[in-house]
Amino acid sequence: MLEVSSPSLLVEANDVSVDLGKNRIVSNVSMSVGPGEVVALIGPNGAGKTSMVRVLLGLLPPNRGTVRRRPGLKVGYMPQRMTIDPAMPLTVERLLRLAIPSGVDVAVRLQAALDEVGAGHLAKEAVQELSGGELQRVLLARAIIREPDLLVLDEPVQGVDVAGQVELYALIARIRERRRCGVLVVSHDLHLVMAATDRVICLNHHVCCAGHPEAVSRDPAFVALFGPQAAAAFAIYHHHHDHHHDAHGDVVPLATKTGTIAHG
Amino acid sequence: MDDFLWRALAAGIVVAVLSGLLGSFVVWRRLAYFGDTLAHAALLGVAVGVIAGFDVTIGVVAVCAAVAVLLVFLSEGRRFSSDTVLGILSHGTLAIGLLAVAATEGPRVDLAAYLFGDILAVTMDDLLAVYALGGAVLAVLALLWRPLLAVTVHEEVARVEGIPVRAVGIGFMVLMAATVALAMKVVGILLVTALLIVPAAAARRFARTPEAMAVLAAAAGAVAVVGGLSGSLAFDLPSGPAIVVAALVLFAVSAGVTAFKPR
Repeated sequence: MLEVSSPSLLVEANDVSVDLGKNRIVSNVSMSVGPGEVVALIGPNGAGKTSMVRVLLGLLPPNRGTVRRRPGLKVGYMPQRMTIDPAMPLTVERLLRLAIPSGVDVAVRLQAALDEVGAGHLAKEAVQELSGGELQRVLLARAIIREPDLLVLDEPVQGVDVAGQVELYALIARIRERRRCGVLVVSHDLHLVMAATDRVICLNHHVCCAGHPEAVSRDPAFVALFGPQAAAAFAIYHHHHDHHHDAHGDVVPLATKTGTIAHG
Repeated sequence: MDDFLWRALAAGIVVAVLSGLLGSFVVWRRLAYFGDTLAHAALLGVAVGVIAGFDVTIGVVAVCAAVAVLLVFLSEGRRFSSDTVLGILSHGTLAIGLLAVAATEGPRVDLAAYLFGDILAVTMDDLLAVYALGGAVLAVLALLWRPLLAVTVHEEVARVEGIPVRAVGIGFMVLMAATVALAMKVVGILLVTALLIVPAAAARRFARTPEAMAVLAAAAGAVAVVGGLSGSLAFDLPSGPAIVVAALVLFAVSAGVTAFKPR
């Protein structure tokens, strides 16, 4: 998937390879995220997703290839895990204050960010006492309070129950709508990611396939990687989401943003 | 009250405050063994200072800082766990330090004073050195506080958000080296780590923010110095261990209060 190099891209990787010991964990991957675009990086466990994200963030130098970030790019990063040592007293409020420079409007921004993710009531709580879902929301608030150009979410629904997962993805979609930032989301969970994504990149060390969610789900490489069952389950899932039923029980297609989904 | 006691108190309280502030980071970042390593390296610093003919404190700060920075680079290699690397550095520098001290001519180094601390022997010059170095540590710590806290919470997030993680880490190591050099005068090489972590651990339950814990730890350390010196004077006990035992009493009280008042 070679992209045309463009100055408007937030981050762009060209032909990136990463070796871990003797294993090539990422192989010749090119990808990019543009402003206001939601890109999902999916693939099975151990496919090199997190390594690729670390390369894009500048945390891991690639063994081959180049990465370009737009100069002055502000990144909001929500890591896979944030375990705060229980020996460190830390409230949600203090955690968020660490993410932004101190100023007069900090208290207002802090409450606004927490309210935006539905965690307004947690400001005074100790970080270590939050539930998995609460912590994910707080980390999301921590990422958006910096008003990032690019939001990077590595497995954002880990340790969250299914209802919470759906909610969290809806929240990510709302944040993108409101803030117009680019979003890069990493997941091994096909269903949730695809519902809220403009473009999917399916990674298994190399890029298996990439493109619009629907197209990717039908791609033979995708089916081969995840198995026909998972692919079929995905298709069924999507049928539930590209229409709803009116009062008479008739099927009413939803207007989709891209307009490329044909129901059938 | 005698002059030497005032000097001991004045030096001890400053050192306890620094130890409480830095010690909080030691507890949060699980660096107790690292504190021990620096303390052991301090003996080598003493020998280097004596042999080279300059002030012992300078020798200690220099050797501790060198060991700390060496550790930053060694722990970036993945062959051995940081535990093993620390063990090698800790006991390696201790053994070399003991040899070096033995190699200096007999009475020039009072080994016991460095191992167990000799705060009652603090001179006016020592006191000035403690305040000068202590003031510098406080000033740098104030500048580093925010980025250091951010790195402690999550190193990679801090890096992504533009904090110079390695520079902050090296700055912290140098502060630790200076603090260990000062704490060595008060409680001795063998008990430096106690002065770092016991007051901080005692403060944990009473704090809701990192800043509150650090301030409480500093206060607990100061109380331990006053209590320990008083006990040392009243019962003719060695001052360093008495200070550490006083800190332990504070920790026990803190743990007891917690047990009876569940959060």
